[in-house]
Amino acid sequence: MSLRKILDNYEHHFQDGGRFQKFYPLYEAVDTFLYSPGSVTRTNAHVRDGIDLKRIMITVWMAVFPAMLWGMYNLGYQANDILAQTGGAVDGWRGAIIGAVGGYDPASVWDCFVFGALYFLPIYLVSFLVGGFWEVLFAIKRGHEVNEGFFVTSILFALICPPDLPLWQAAMGISFGVVIGKEVFGGTGKNFLNPALTGRAFLYFAYPAQLSGDAVWTAVDGYTGATPLSVVASQGMTGLQDSYSWMQAFVGAIPGSIGETSTLAILLGGAWLLATRIASWRIVAGVFLGMFLFSSFLNLVGSDSNPAFSMPWYWHLVVGGFAFGMFFMATDPVSAAMTNTGRWCFGLLIGFMTVLIRVINPAFPEGIMLAILFANLFAPIMDHFVIEANIKRRLARV
Amino acid sequence: MEYYLSLFVRAIFIENMALAFFLGMCTFLAVSKKVQAALGLGIAVIVVLTITVPVNNLIYNYLLADGALAWAGLPAMDLSFLGLLSYIGVIAAIVQILEMFLDRYVPALYNALGVFLPLITVNCAILGASLFMVERDYNFGESVVFGAGAGVGWALAIVALAGIREKLKYSDVPDGLQGLGITFITVGLMSLGFMSFGGIDI
Repeated sequence: MSLRKILDNYEHHFQDGGRFQKFYPLYEAVDTFLYSPGSVTRTNAHVRDGIDLKRIMITVWMAVFPAMLWGMYNLGYQANDILAQTGGAVDGWRGAIIGAVGGYDPASVWDCFVFGALYFLPIYLVSFLVGGFWEVLFAIKRGHEVNEGFFVTSILFALICPPDLPLWQAAMGISFGVVIGKEVFGGTGKNFLNPALTGRAFLYFAYPAQLSGDAVWTAVDGYTGATPLSVVASQGMTGLQDSYSWMQAFVGAIPGSIGETSTLAILLGGAWLLATRIASWRIVAGVFLGMFLFSSFLNLVGSDSNPAFSMPWYWHLVVGGFAFGMFFMATDPVSAAMTNTGRWCFGLLIGFMTVLIRVINPAFPEGIMLAILFANLFAPIMDHFVIEANIKRRLARV
Repeated sequence: MEYYLSLFVRAIFIENMALAFFLGMCTFLAVSKKVQAALGLGIAVIVVLTITVPVNNLIYNYLLADGALAWAGLPAMDLSFLGLLSYIGVIAAIVQILEMFLDRYVPALYNALGVFLPLITVNCAILGASLFMVERDYNFGESVVFGAGAGVGWALAIVALAGIREKLKYSDVPDGLQGLGITFITVGLMSLGFMSFGGIDI
């Protein structure tokens, strides 16, 4: 019996009057995840295309895999590197699994990967299950479809979390992001802020001691150091170049949030998103240009008291979450601007704000998250004015 | 010059009246359904704030503050207990004048603002700005810049909120949250975005 037939056999239980009528959204989610939906547009004029929202979301989900795989390896590598110097080991269930399948050798790819997976997968699993729980609960109660949007939300959320995040905080963050950031507005496509970033920002302000980004994040208890961005803020570019080379930061062999470290891996996934035209190249170009222009401007102005002014654009690109935010967060089609001119303005605002927060605001070392949330607020008004201008221009032609 | 610029930027973003102090909420929530009306109200608030804060500053410094009446030969006089009464009186008078002016010269805006223009009188952002001016001891120049900045910040916030609410017309909000409920949540999330300025020291 084929899978299609099994699904068809069960379908009547979920339809109106069936035993599990209430759980129809769940059935629908499984069905359309496996097969193209059978429903078609009924009104006359529409564009035919093989791609739909579910395929878009799955493509984004797969595009973060390079960053995720590298993130897991790097997480283990950073931790094993420290453990090799201090001679410690991990206790508890993680220690037992590491003891069973590998070791603590930073030179071994397998050991690092296992170590990283043991820290990343629980965070991802929690955010996936908790986020999925809310999504399904709202879908059943409110009768909308379960959307693959939460695949993307949960993996993006997990990747921008620090590796040593307690799991209950991950659950809190994703709950806030999914419920307040998205579901109260009616689900995917109806929110105005990026849900993953909303959840992350909630954690950022609710638990600033652990999540502010001043101290470095590694999965080793009691180890502290400064992140590249706070090194720049306190000691300037020479301080940063003493600890890491540009190539190291570009490839991603630096500590940080799980998914953000490797600009190279992010570029791979991002290039695919741009090639499939799922991410808008205008937004990406705008973010990059905004960052480039403002950081170069600050380089020219210079400052005696604030060494971060001298940070050049190619360093801004590789440290912190800039590249990750530029490709995966700013391009969220729901919360970004929707008109082409609006997308340029939206991108430029993000790039500008990121550098502004990183360099000028001493309270927060990293800025891309807040910059994107800030730009999300102004995306609708940018669209509004672009559309007004279009209407005015075309009326003049009549 | 640089000092005034940083005061202006601080009043717009870092100490945003609506999203950092949550002042002027009643009109902020009520007139943010349409971008056009929000824009008009925003401009009205900018005008009123830019006039009332400096005027109140003069009144405070030359009539009300401790020893301010020295020029009239009364150096021991302290009338600062009349502060609230005088500020709100000045605001009410200026709003009336503005209303007559708009009615005569910009009737379209006058009609769009409707009852909310007189309501600016009791907008706490306007009184709040005058009280901040007294509390922080601004001089005349500073109070002009601060008044304009606070107005621009409030206008920016209400226009952004109106944009978001126009977009949210297409959303599917649960019954219990429709109308004001979702607007409160929206404003809360907006101020999360404005947190990006918190801590900037300029």
